[in-house]
Formats: sequence, C-alpha cells, structure tokens
Amino acid sequence: MQAPESPKAESVQHGRRWVNVLLGTGVVASIASFLYPAIRYIIPPSVAESTSRSTVAAKVGELKRNTGKIFKFGSKPALLVYTRDGEYKAFSAVCTHLNCTVQYRDDLREIWCACHNGLYDLEGRNVSGPPPRPLETFEVHVQGDDVVVTRNA
Amino acid sequence: MARLYRQILTWLDERFGAGSVEDFLRHKTVPLHRHTIWYYFGGMTLFLFIVQVLTGILLLLYYRPTPNDAFESVQYIVTQVRFGWLIRSVHSWSANLMIFTAFVHMFSVYFLKAYRKPRELTWISGMVLLGLVMGFGFSGYLLPWNTLAFFATKVGTEMAGSVPVIGKWMLIFLRGGEEVTGATLTRFFGFHVAVLPGLATTFLAMHLLLVQRLGMSVPPGVEKGVREGREQARAMPFFPNFLLRDMIGWYAALGVLGALAAVFPWELGTKADPFAAAPAGIRPEWYFLFMFQTLKYIPAKVLFLEGELAGLLGFGAAAVVWVAIPFIDRKAGFGRVTRFFTGLGVFALAYMMVMSALALR
Repeated sequence: MQAPESPKAESVQHGRRWVNVLLGTGVVASIASFLYPAIRYIIPPSVAESTSRSTVAAKVGELKRNTGKIFKFGSKPALLVYTRDGEYKAFSAVCTHLNCTVQYRDDLREIWCACHNGLYDLEGRNVSGPPPRPLETFEVHVQGDDVVVTRNA
Repeated sequence: MARLYRQILTWLDERFGAGSVEDFLRHKTVPLHRHTIWYYFGGMTLFLFIVQVLTGILLLLYYRPTPNDAFESVQYIVTQVRFGWLIRSVHSWSANLMIFTAFVHMFSVYFLKAYRKPRELTWISGMVLLGLVMGFGFSGYLLPWNTLAFFATKVGTEMAGSVPVIGKWMLIFLRGGEEVTGATLTRFFGFHVAVLPGLATTFLAMHLLLVQRLGMSVPPGVEKGVREGREQARAMPFFPNFLLRDMIGWYAALGVLGALAAVFPWELGTKADPFAAAPAGIRPEWYFLFMFQTLKYIPAKVLFLEGELAGLLGFGAAAVVWVAIPFIDRKAGFGRVTRFFTGLGVFALAYMMVMSALALR
C-alpha cells in the first residue's frame, strides 16, 4: 500500500470516491424502481365488499325443524337454522377459529365446525373447542314466502 | 465400443480439464460402519424428487388451473387420458413417500449428529429444502380443487394470517385476495410449478455441493471407536459400489410406488364448493397432522394470546431451535454426544408420532 503522496493522487482518490457514490446510488435507485412495481403487483387490487344488506336465505317450508342450510350471503357463506321450536336463526357460517364453514348438527342441536371440532350454541356463542369468538348473528324475518336474512347495521 | 467410450472421454477431458469427472468419481468414498444404511435416505429423497419433476411435467400437459376447469381436468386425466390415473397416482404417492424419506433422512442426520461442525450449512440448506417440500405439498394439494383441499387451504392460509404484524399481508399474498378463490388457485399453481421448483433446484444444488465438498459425516461413536483403536476406518468407493446399491434402493422404491399407485389409486374426492359446510372427518395430509391435532387441543385463549397464535408461535419457536441446532449443540462439534439433544430429538419424534396417531383415531 502506498500513501497518496501528491495532491494529484489525492484528487484522483476523491474523484474515485465520487464515482463510487454516484454509481452506488444509481444502482440502488434502479433496483428500488424495479422492485417497487413488482411488490405492488404481488398484492391484488381489493375487490369492493358486497354491499347487500339482506338476502332471501330460503323459502318458507323448505327446511324441516331441527335442520340447517348454508346459503350465500354477499361473498361469504351463512347458516340458516330452523330450530326444533320452529324458530329461524341465522349466523355467519365462517368459523371464528380458522375460517372453515360450520354446519348445524341436529344430534347435538348445536353448530359444529368439522375442521377442529369447535362448537357454538344456537345463540352463536362459542361453547367448546378452539373458536375464540362467537359467530356473527343476523336478523331473520319471514316476508310472505321468503325467509329473509338481514345484516345488523 | 470400449474404444469409442475412450474417445468420448478424451474429447471431454480436452475440454473440461484432465479427467476431472473421472478423478472425482474415483476418489469419492462413503464411510462404511454400522450406521451406513442411513446414508441412503438422502439419495432416495432425491430420486423421488426426480420422479415428481417427471410426473409433474406429464400432468402439466392436461391440467388447467382455474376453478371451473381444475377439478374437471384432473378428472379427465384420471378417467380419459391413457395411464393418466397412473401418472397422477404416482405423483401423489411419490410426493408422500418423498416427504417420508426426507423426514427419515433428517432424523437420521439429527441422531447421528451429522449436523455438527463443519456441516452446519448442509443442515440449514436441508431444512430449507424440507420447508420447500412442505410448500410443494401444501400448494399441490389445492390444485385438484376438491373439498378437502379447499378447506385445508383456508385453514393453512388463515394460520399464516394470524402471524403478528405481517400476517394480513401474507394472507392476501397467499390467497390473492381476502378469500380462497380462483385467484388462490392461480397463485398456488404458479408457486407449485415455477417458484418452488426454481428455489428447490437452487438449494438442492447447494446441498449436494456441500455434501461433495465435505464428504459424508462419520457418527461420533464410530469416530471415537476408530480413535481408540476398537474399530477400523473403512470406506466404500462411491462409484460404482455405493451408487449401485443406491440404484437397487431406487429400483425397489419404483416398485413400491407402482404397486401403491396401482392398488391404491389416489382419490379425487368431490369438487370444492365455497358455499358448503366443511365435511366431517376433514383432516390435512399426514405430515401436517401433528400440527392439526395440536390446534384442536389448544383452547381459545392461552394466557393473553389467541389459541391459534399461541400454537403458531410455539411451532415457530420449535422450528427456529431445530434449524439452529448445529449452533446450539456446540459440543457435538468436538465429537461429544450430549444426552439432552438426543432426548430432544426423541421427544420431537415421539410428539409428532403420538399427535399424528391421535388425529387418525
């Protein structure tokens, strides 16, 4: 290694450093400008959430007592239960544990998730197994022939 | 014939340097001792990986990755295309056998302390490969777009979504949106046939290069025996002795594969319906069973954490420890076997087996 002995050598050193800085910045900036669009591309544009507040879940008389039915509510599955006492109840059918679709169990008279054995009662409360939260509940009205389910505001 | 062979070798030598391939083959040896049998499982995994690549390419000729076509195209493969049932069945069975042999390979390396210095990077690249193989399993499972796969993917991606801070981002990245839809299928197809094969090839090359560079590890017990003069250091030439034995194993594996595929063709199930309840008795592939069963036992809340997050953090921590074992079990680097680490391996293996058995009950 030689120490820079002349002012000329020193200015060459200085210039070289400058070139390195410029080159480095340029390379980093161009890599960033390639990566940014790619990363944005990976995340899909968000789809507008379906705004429908209510839907016809079933026809009157379609369900026997002590049975349930999965229906499409917006973009997600929901569950309509016709209880033994002749009452309609509706819930989100998406298990609060890990997103599986729940079903009505007539033998238990409870709502069951087959994936990890979670149970909810007919108020939607998580009563056993891993689910951390109750199911979202919806309002049910009978309008003429239709069983109409409405999302609470 | 022999002359032609010599001529070709000379031609290659003139271009690659003096007999480098031949030299390499002549000098590579495999240690011979009472644990030599475990050396075969890495090669077996590699062989099954090659079977996966070949059958995968064949499946690509007919498979269509959209929610309307995926199930039907697989149905077409297994019912209409000549030997389609065989190709698809071999692909599924070979995938499962490959994961099994990879696990055997990993645990044998673990118990024989082959991860110890200087083979830390070989262990880490192996763990990356195991992760990739499980990624192959998870992404490939969805491709037939059947009910089981649909819910398995929902659960698996939802778990990724419960990771703190980046969870939501990961969920959307994996699903291609908020829900498991056709967008998810397209993505998983891309991962399965492009991203993962690229990564796997890279890490496989690294793994094999390290194995060539460092040679096969001799277990500490055998090393000690040799040092104390109780045993003799023996070795077998890799080419052709070990390779021929390897090939007998591969040939047998091919036989087992063919038999399994023919006698127990892989089921296709029913087409996924996003608006149907998860079917009773649903469970993931066997190599995810121990995690699945653990999730069932974890209550909704563990201390202040949600159950699924607690489980995920637990498995995450265990995985970090497992990958870092060469750096934690430092004494193994000096040829000393620590009971604790052997015990840890036994515990891990026992935990996985007991939990899987409980899930199958």
